[in-house]
Amino acid sequence: MMLTIIDLTLLFFLVVIAIAVVRIKDLFAATMLLGIYSLLSASIFVTLDAVDVAFTEASVGAGISTILALSTLSLTARIEKGHPGPTWIPILVCAVTGLTLIYATFDMPWFGDPDAPIHQHVAPHYLEASAEEIDIPNVVTSVLASYRGFDTFGETVVVFTALVAVLLLLGGRKGEDNESNQNKDEGGAS
Amino acid sequence: MNHTLLRTMTQLLIAPIMVFALYVQFHGDFGPGGGFQAGVIFAAAVILYGIVFGIRAAKKAIPDGILRAMAAFGVLLYGGVGVATMLLGGRYLEYGVLAHDPVHGQHYGIILVELGVGIAVASVMILIFYAFASRGEPDDR
Repeated sequence: MMLTIIDLTLLFFLVVIAIAVVRIKDLFAATMLLGIYSLLSASIFVTLDAVDVAFTEASVGAGISTILALSTLSLTARIEKGHPGPTWIPILVCAVTGLTLIYATFDMPWFGDPDAPIHQHVAPHYLEASAEEIDIPNVVTSVLASYRGFDTFGETVVVFTALVAVLLLLGGRKGEDNESNQNKDEGGAS
Repeated sequence: MNHTLLRTMTQLLIAPIMVFALYVQFHGDFGPGGGFQAGVIFAAAVILYGIVFGIRAAKKAIPDGILRAMAAFGVLLYGGVGVATMLLGGRYLEYGVLAHDPVHGQHYGIILVELGVGIAVASVMILIFYAFASRGEPDDR
């Protein structure tokens, strides 16, 4: 009962913040609200007992993403420009997509259903054999780093590839881009 | 920025943040956490330094070149563990062959692999921040 109240409160605030982010014109405020959105998501993950995911959401979603968005803001404009054209087309697209997604959830197994396909495949083996085969208390780590080590390697390479892409786009020598004479306030992201 | 309060608080905070990152890194086997989170937290300490004391000071403390090498090293450490297990007669990333006792081998493998992830993620996050923040500063390099 208590958890339901907490869940509903958190989800309510998520919706409120999402609407606020869409409505607000000041991009600095929108970025900060998105950080709060991530932190609330992390709280929801905690109530779901997914502390590792919550940790990642709090550090990456609320921390690094916010900083990178602010760094981008310091290079561009702070106030959002108005949208030209009618707004009902995007509203229609969003509504149809949302309704389709909600319709699709009816085919999904119920939340916490032990007979759900995800709990029938390899997960029972991970949970039962982890203590014997790997012998570390945190099963999430044993799945992440050992059973699914190949996937995690892929993720690490993805992070590295993101760096290569950013350096190719932004890390060029200073003399080559002509934007260097537009004097922003010092400290870039400050 | 020349706010004394911010500077002092930052100086006080950076060391605990870094220690906490190391805790998250090496305690990931026992509690929540692991290489990804630790890397991001470590990067956050450096980014905080860069925001308060200026990007140039941060680059002086931890230069670009070292970070680029570390980012590649992290990925190579992960991949290298896989190659090492192949050389020892196992399959790729089959940590069991790293020690006489397969369970110990798993422990070694997981710690090394998580370390690789942590180093790579920390370096990548700091470098991406450098790349973004340096754009605002004309005569930076």
